[in-house]
Amino acid sequence: MKIGVLISEGPYTHQAADSAYKFVSAALAAGHEVPRVFFYHDGVNVATRLSLPPQDERHIQQNWTALAKEHEVDLVVCVAAAQRRGLLDEGEANRNGKDANNIAEGFRISGLGQLIEMGIQTDRLVTFGD
Amino acid sequence: MAKTKKFLYVNRKAPYGTIYALESLEVVLIGAAFEQDVALAFVDDGVFQLAKGQNTDGIGVKNFSPTFRALGDYDVQKLFVERESLEERGLSEADLIEVVYEDEDDDWAEKSAIHVVGRAEIADIMADADVVLSF
Repeated sequence: MKIGVLISEGPYTHQAADSAYKFVSAALAAGHEVPRVFFYHDGVNVATRLSLPPQDERHIQQNWTALAKEHEVDLVVCVAAAQRRGLLDEGEANRNGKDANNIAEGFRISGLGQLIEMGIQTDRLVTFGD
Repeated sequence: MAKTKKFLYVNRKAPYGTIYALESLEVVLIGAAFEQDVALAFVDDGVFQLAKGQNTDGIGVKNFSPTFRALGDYDVQKLFVERESLEERGLSEADLIEVVYEDEDDDWAEKSAIHVVGRAEIADIMADADVVLSF
């Protein structure tokens, strides 16, 4: 089965990004396809590469980056939600006159159309959030 | 494009206090361009999103309720509002903003896109949807 995943709550504050990670890992291990994970609302904060959790805690962003690399999962961050919350890639930073960017490897910033497209192209859309 | 899917946006939260309602509406507006079958459901505190006479001057947040009226122009014709949620909050259909669309199958007659329905019908609408996005 082709499964799309939406994460709509922030890392560490909420279990959503962790549960989604476990779910996607299990789905891939079971032979399902997960072509894309979409990050919305505070979920976009998963994508910052500046996160520094204590060493004995899981690193949510690095977990996702590694999973995306191994299984070619498209990790998409909503541009409007990301801009509100200060999550930028190099292009966005340059275009908006900001002196830094913070998006982690394996994530890309794009529009909400990618969420709708995921809903159209997958057999199931599974949301992790409140 | 593959066959048209039924998208249902479920709005459960009050318009202000959290960003869910505003960012939900942003998804709906983008999604309207994809020529899918679109419906919105308003349940629980989500019914307040359609309340008339919203004024956000005191909280420094943009009043986005006028944007709902634009949905008709995007050919969004189905805004289902749960009757029980309205009643539990002392509201009725008369307290809601108008959202109208022009029905191309009826000589472009202007019709209300707001449909007040019971909880059981909301459940049927959810069961019938292909993609449910809940905010």
